[in-house]
Amino acid sequence: MSNSIRGAAAIVGASLAGLGEAPGRTSEDIAIEASYKALAEAGLTTQDVDAVFGSLPGDCSPLSGLLMAEIMGIQPKFTDNNRTGGSTFLSYTLMAAMALKEGLCDTALIFYGSNQRSNTGKLVSSVRPFPYEAPYNPIFPATSYALAASRHMHLYGTTREQMASVAVAARQWANMNPEAFMRGPLSVADVLNSRMVSSPLTVRDCCLVTDGGAALVMVSAKRAKDFPKQPVYLLGGAAATTHMNIMAMADLTKTAAKDSGQRAFQMAGMKPSDVDVVELYDAFTINTILFLEDLGFCKKGEGGSFVASGAIAPGGSLPVNTNGGGLSCVHPGMYGMFTLVEGVRQLRGEGGERQVKNAEVALCHGNGGVLSSQITNILGTEATL
Amino acid sequence: MSATQAPVFSGPGPDRVYQEYLGKGELRIQRCGDCGKQVFYPRLACTGCGGIKLEWVQPSGRGTVHAVSIVNRQTEKGGPYNVVLVDLAEGARMMGRVDGVDNADVKIGMAVKAKIDSSGKAPFVVFEPA
Ligand SMILES: [Zn+2]
Repeated sequence: MSNSIRGAAAIVGASLAGLGEAPGRTSEDIAIEASYKALAEAGLTTQDVDAVFGSLPGDCSPLSGLLMAEIMGIQPKFTDNNRTGGSTFLSYTLMAAMALKEGLCDTALIFYGSNQRSNTGKLVSSVRPFPYEAPYNPIFPATSYALAASRHMHLYGTTREQMASVAVAARQWANMNPEAFMRGPLSVADVLNSRMVSSPLTVRDCCLVTDGGAALVMVSAKRAKDFPKQPVYLLGGAAATTHMNIMAMADLTKTAAKDSGQRAFQMAGMKPSDVDVVELYDAFTINTILFLEDLGFCKKGEGGSFVASGAIAPGGSLPVNTNGGGLSCVHPGMYGMFTLVEGVRQLRGEGGERQVKNAEVALCHGNGGVLSSQITNILGTEATL
Repeated sequence: MSATQAPVFSGPGPDRVYQEYLGKGELRIQRCGDCGKQVFYPRLACTGCGGIKLEWVQPSGRGTVHAVSIVNRQTEKGGPYNVVLVDLAEGARMMGRVDGVDNADVKIGMAVKAKIDSSGKAPFVVFEPA
């Protein structure tokens, strides 16, 4: 049954660590700090954890699921180290919910940490050059997204100004988030006039390079109310994949988010108009436009005018990336976890100055590879069960 | 003959065969003997129908620019260059670069023709205006 895990599990701990710059610390250190903070929120310790889900950057141990459990002294009954890029964390929640519901484990820890900024100063990717693309020296991953943007502009008349308005909205949200890495004024002109990376994308159309980590603690819905924090339930979740390399993406303007979104909504028994806040993986400004279209928040081709209208900025009709997103808050290489932590915070009412009023339903959406893997999670408060 | 004994699973793999053709100055892509789909990059199985009767054919080399980005490399490192996706007339899509024209003039919809660049270690396909 497609809705069998709706509301079956809840997030009872959510935390961030090492945001921005964490010099002298390994990716593991950052992930462990986030894990301890998330467990502390739930009143738990590592001794309570019996399932571990997570991954670290591409230059860490590929078996980081094992490594992290070992470092923390956990001997898990269930480990998931699945890699679909930055989206992967939204599949961990789905797998954790299934495992918790079926009684394979009782307390799931989901972790992420990356020291890419302090360690290398640039994106640390798990992706190796692809022999049928490498001779042309595309910048990974910016050029792949730039190619998709060029198609969207060609087909729908989307403009660089419209894409820039995504970065501007993200910055306006970041300016209300004390934890955001990039704060201060940013205009459409600033975005357009910043350094071109891979046309049509300038450096301000691209996500940040920061350190950072995040962790979640999930338990079965049966005991979700036994913890200090208000539980946030997983109401719907679905994944879809179309390709790995950009040359193999059948339609550069239609992502698998259409499929993952539809199935996640179906499981949740909801539709886009039921969503109070959207947290999506804005690796590049074009992502926000593509995902809002594909997830059903506006029509295909109308994403550019939708974002330029101010709809996604503070005060707009659809709050998107209320933490400032990967564009202005944090981007340690795989941003997916941060969509979930911000979604949880909004649903708990912990957003401070940036809190969306009466937020009951959050849609979190992860992207992996080069628009390759799309995974949607719909989270809700107890009132939405 | 069962599927697992098919010739496609013996001898050099498709990447090697492709590269050997390029070394002889020929661009070859694969065509599915079951559904007719033209496949690129080289594979063991058809992405259209899952069949394994892929045969090597010589495309016309003519194509159309499907998407374009100019990578803004610093002047001292060689300056900007273009990266394109090209739809071959036969249907398969390749990544490439369009030579012999200003980057600013490389546009979506532009007609191009493949040629083989053998200047480096391993030959690869680039395009020029048709
Ligand atoms: Zn076929």
